[in-house]
Amino acid sequence: MKLTLRIWRQSGPRDRGRMVTYRVEDVSPDMSFLEMLDVLNQDLIMRGEQPVAFDHDCREGICGSCGVVINGRAHGPERTTTCQLHMRSFADGDVVDVEPWRAKGFPVVKDLVVDRSAFDRIIAAGGYVTAPTGSAPEAHATPVPKPDADVAFDNATCIGCGACVAACPNGSAMLFTSAKVTHLNVLPQGQPERERRVLDMVEAMDQEGFGGCTNTGECVASCPKGIPLASIANLNREFLRASR
Amino acid sequence: MSTDIAVPPQKQRPVGRFWASTIGKKTVMAVTGLALVAYLFAHMLGNLKIFLGAADINGYAAWLRTIGEPALPYGVFLWIARVGLIVAVVLHIVAAAQLSLRDRRARPVRYVHGRVSFATSTMRWGGATLAVYVVWHILDLTVGVANRDYVDGQPYHNIVADFSVWWVNVIYIVALLMLGLHLNHGFASAARTLGVATGTIRTVGTVVAVVITGGFLVVPIAVMTGLVA
Repeated sequence: MKLTLRIWRQSGPRDRGRMVTYRVEDVSPDMSFLEMLDVLNQDLIMRGEQPVAFDHDCREGICGSCGVVINGRAHGPERTTTCQLHMRSFADGDVVDVEPWRAKGFPVVKDLVVDRSAFDRIIAAGGYVTAPTGSAPEAHATPVPKPDADVAFDNATCIGCGACVAACPNGSAMLFTSAKVTHLNVLPQGQPERERRVLDMVEAMDQEGFGGCTNTGECVASCPKGIPLASIANLNREFLRASR
Repeated sequence: MSTDIAVPPQKQRPVGRFWASTIGKKTVMAVTGLALVAYLFAHMLGNLKIFLGAADINGYAAWLRTIGEPALPYGVFLWIARVGLIVAVVLHIVAAAQLSLRDRRARPVRYVHGRVSFATSTMRWGGATLAVYVVWHILDLTVGVANRDYVDGQPYHNIVADFSVWWVNVIYIVALLMLGLHLNHGFASAARTLGVATGTIRTVGTVVAVVITGGFLVVPIAVMTGLVA
């Protein structure tokens, strides 16, 4: 396969940045999107140019490090992470636009790399349970009803990649925050801080400059872990419950 | 070994904090929006009285002014309702404007390969169009200054005179279709903001939008086709 890539190049946070066109040849349909970028970068290095900076780590779809906007869609045309997106999703001769996540809360560090520490600060505001750590408690010590365990687990699969923010027309972090709040607030271990958690995490989310939710569902369509829109409704419910 | 962890006391959350948060503003939009939907439903049912004849709808309009008598003086109920509607509309628009501004600031650099969100743009521009329409609609059929044939207390005559003009029908029908789109997304969105998580709420929202829009649309269509004259 031969592709034409138009990639956002920005040398640093203060650089204005621009789209730069590259041609990549010898792309195998079995390559992942990141492997295709590796091929491009190898070529750029051999030519003495700066390689394209992008975030990645596990390349197994579980760490949440990678993520770019491909042809206007967070993580590209398939509902998966960028590392698990394969080049067979594209056709020979395609023109592919590659951009970083765009949000006030996610400033660009370089090229396709953005600073997602805003998510860490939302977690620090309440995305934990205050319990003594140490050896794992006996599994049956705290009974959890199966439906609650399922909801908690589904929401706990959020890897914090930020695709929801990137896809949202309002740059809102509601899906991320709702997954974390739902995960902990449904469990018995999360009850002592149930109300403070939601109020503090929503306040932190707002302070980072993320937008509000308009229920368009773009976040859900891009979420590689399938966090449902119902989690946002649940976040709203928890917020109203705590605000009473 | 155990360590005591200091848990800070829960902070006070007054009304100002609620209004400052995105979810608080959305809640205000949801509650005022649903109140306006309830009003629209009653307004639509009242309009349908035109099919029962001039005496019926004119009598209904007169009755609206006597609700609450003798405890309330003539016309006071209507003014209470109007003040309530104005408060709801102002809160709805202020919250929407502030949230929209915030949403735009949340993405200072736009995507080169951008996509337009149909729902978000129809809610914002459609909502602004509706606000302009409502002003004209009040001048046309409540105050009567925008309607040369307006006769106070004669809604049947006023409606028929209004919908006999082609461009009034165009304005009215376009505004109604905007309203339909607004309700189609807005009703379900309001329900989600208030914590309703079921997927069927979108269908309910579409039914509400179709019933209200359809109920309003049949009146100008009836006048245009001569069913009501």
